[in-house]
Amino acid sequence: MSTSPNSEEILARWPDRAEHLIAILQDIQEEHHYLPEPALRAVAQRLRLPLTEVFHVATFYNCFTLEPVGKHLIQVCLGTACHVRGAPRVLDRLLRDLKLSAPGTTDDFEFTVRTVRCIGCCGLAPVARVDANTHPHLTQTKVPGLLKRYRRQEAAQAAD
Amino acid sequence: MPKLQSLAEFEQWRVACRAQRDPDRPCLAVCAGSGCTAAGAPDVLAALRKAVTRAGLEGSVDIKSCGCHGFCERGPVMLVWPEGTFYNRVAARDAGDIVANVSNGRRPVERLLYQDPITGARALREDDVPFYARQQRILFGNNGKIDPTAIEDYLSVGGYTALARVLSQMTPEEVVDEVKRSGLRGRGGAGFPTGQKWEVMRQQPGTPKYLICNADEGDPGAFMDRSLLEGNPHSVLEGMIIGAFALGASEGYIYVRAEYPLAVKHFRIAIAQAEEHGLLGQNILGSCLNFRVHLVQGAGAFVCGEETALIASVEGRVGEPQQRPPYPAQRGLWGKPTVINNVKTWASVPVIINRGADWYAAIGTAGSKGTMVFSLVGKINNTGLVEVPMGITLREMIYEIGGGIPGGKELKAVQIGGPSGGCIPASLIDLPIDYEALTEAGSMMGSGGMVVMDESTCMVDVARYFMEFLEEESCGKCFPCRKGTQRLREILTRISQGKGTEEDLSLLEDLGWVVRETSLCGLGQTAPNPVLTTLRYFRDEYLAHVREKRCPAKVCRELITYEIEPTLCDGCHACVRVCASDAILGEKDQVHTIDGAKCIKCGACLEVCQPKAVLVH
Repeated sequence: MSTSPNSEEILARWPDRAEHLIAILQDIQEEHHYLPEPALRAVAQRLRLPLTEVFHVATFYNCFTLEPVGKHLIQVCLGTACHVRGAPRVLDRLLRDLKLSAPGTTDDFEFTVRTVRCIGCCGLAPVARVDANTHPHLTQTKVPGLLKRYRRQEAAQAAD
Repeated sequence: MPKLQSLAEFEQWRVACRAQRDPDRPCLAVCAGSGCTAAGAPDVLAALRKAVTRAGLEGSVDIKSCGCHGFCERGPVMLVWPEGTFYNRVAARDAGDIVANVSNGRRPVERLLYQDPITGARALREDDVPFYARQQRILFGNNGKIDPTAIEDYLSVGGYTALARVLSQMTPEEVVDEVKRSGLRGRGGAGFPTGQKWEVMRQQPGTPKYLICNADEGDPGAFMDRSLLEGNPHSVLEGMIIGAFALGASEGYIYVRAEYPLAVKHFRIAIAQAEEHGLLGQNILGSCLNFRVHLVQGAGAFVCGEETALIASVEGRVGEPQQRPPYPAQRGLWGKPTVINNVKTWASVPVIINRGADWYAAIGTAGSKGTMVFSLVGKINNTGLVEVPMGITLREMIYEIGGGIPGGKELKAVQIGGPSGGCIPASLIDLPIDYEALTEAGSMMGSGGMVVMDESTCMVDVARYFMEFLEEESCGKCFPCRKGTQRLREILTRISQGKGTEEDLSLLEDLGWVVRETSLCGLGQTAPNPVLTTLRYFRDEYLAHVREKRCPAKVCRELITYEIEPTLCDGCHACVRVCASDAILGEKDQVHTIDGAKCIKCGACLEVCQPKAVLVH
């Protein structure tokens, strides 16, 4: 098993220039699935930027998050095509079944629900992406089965 | 392979690439675009490889994983060359038959051919399918023929010949002039004449000069740029290199959404291959042209489609737009002259050079030349990407290419141009699609999103949806956009909840006008379009919401109730099982009823009811 690179290793991949700030944050996000505060401090120090500016960029762009995410990331597409084909009902059902009042992470850190605007599979609307898998033609009655499948997968891995 | 040092070496290589491609050799080209991938294309590819091995045909049958063919609704789709046989809804279990038929006299597998839903007739090739027959695919045509990760494939279909021609036979001024005469206009949204932009850029004294390819396709419901980058990245790169020659630019950037990992991967491969072969770098093909391209990934901000915000983002800052002028062509990236064009604009350049400005200008209407790519989505039978000549009517798009509305429902409106565009009503169905006609109707060309809506779509809800999107995506720098989109969304929400008044409608119009006139950048200036066009064409629907507290399309949750029609209910209990709030009463085999006080109006019962006994009022 490989050890995950820390922020210093990621920083070492890039020249110490402010123009690479977004790319560096993207690498950190890819590694940890969120931006941990110590990493933001390290980036600010290395690029000689005020921490406020790093924070400004980290909170401006949608792809960054400052909160840790659950084991499975569910991205519900709310693009126009998905919206008119019923995505809001799918999202409502998902939140209800996971006992969330708004998109976010469940208490047991199993699932994080996020909404995205268009993942470019409009022909299969409404869609959601769970981890790397795209699930087409969703309806709210398919939601319980979908969650069950990922929970079972989790259980199977734990048993191995 | 060593770097190409001259045009003569390039020509030799090109001829060799063409010669390697045996025109009679069977090739199974499977679409690996996002839609087909989600529908199972990777399994189909794996099964085909296995079947070819099992039949002992390795080396005599090629298998290619191609870019998007456009017909996402029918995915996974594939083509069998050289005949060009078109298969749709292919599954892994079909692989054996496909391979057997290729080796056995090349007969088509009948059941995989497209079947006309009305006549039942089978179509053999893409051109026989109505979805493709009306298209003119000058940008997307090669997607079904080439492996996007193989530069040799691009060369074998005439790739980089436009660049060779420019370097050997044309001056930069002639290139700019050719683009100007072609009438090409920016395909990213605003439709500014490309040649004119280039001319301004050429006249700027500063160096270095930069050029940028804008691939920050942010419109929800649009995926043309992504499909072109995934399916034919070299065509975009070639356009950029020609642009560098014409404009005297030494560095280029492509700004791609990080949400498009495959596009990023394919474009990175294309850059590396072009560098390896001497099509990028110092003294390109032995000429005095020096040009490098860098890929920058966007981080998810709709406003970064605006050129000054995009520049800020490339520089590593938050994507907030700047006041224009100065325009980027005067002071752009790092304060230097910069030209920014959309993916499809760059990809059109090699076509214009190869076929000539006159050929290109002959396609389309008086003010809008060439072809436009749309992603045709929503309540439409044939969802997918379509490339059509400018000037085609909405009727042709929706009924001939799109195959009409599913379930025999009525067309209500078409939303063109994403959140910045507007809703065109069904009564304007004979409107030709060109820049001027769309603007006149209150919409805009935008980057090519086309969302079809039917009678079950509520226009107040659609306006609210777009306003919610724009409120989230407003960068917050200027007040009219930041607060205006918020207030517009609040009023629309109020109306959709049945709490609106008639005064709210004039307030929407006044506020919309202020936001349009006083916002800093294109995002705010176009943000009211969805509200203003729906008010203009669907005022009755707004009035039903405010006067009668009724949603005619039965969408707005606060204004509808669910009921079970006793004469239709067969007591199957399906609705009882899915009801999330235990609001449905009644024993099995007896008529069910809904307790209105408990019902949360989620609509789950409607989805599962077989005898269609659940009614919405």
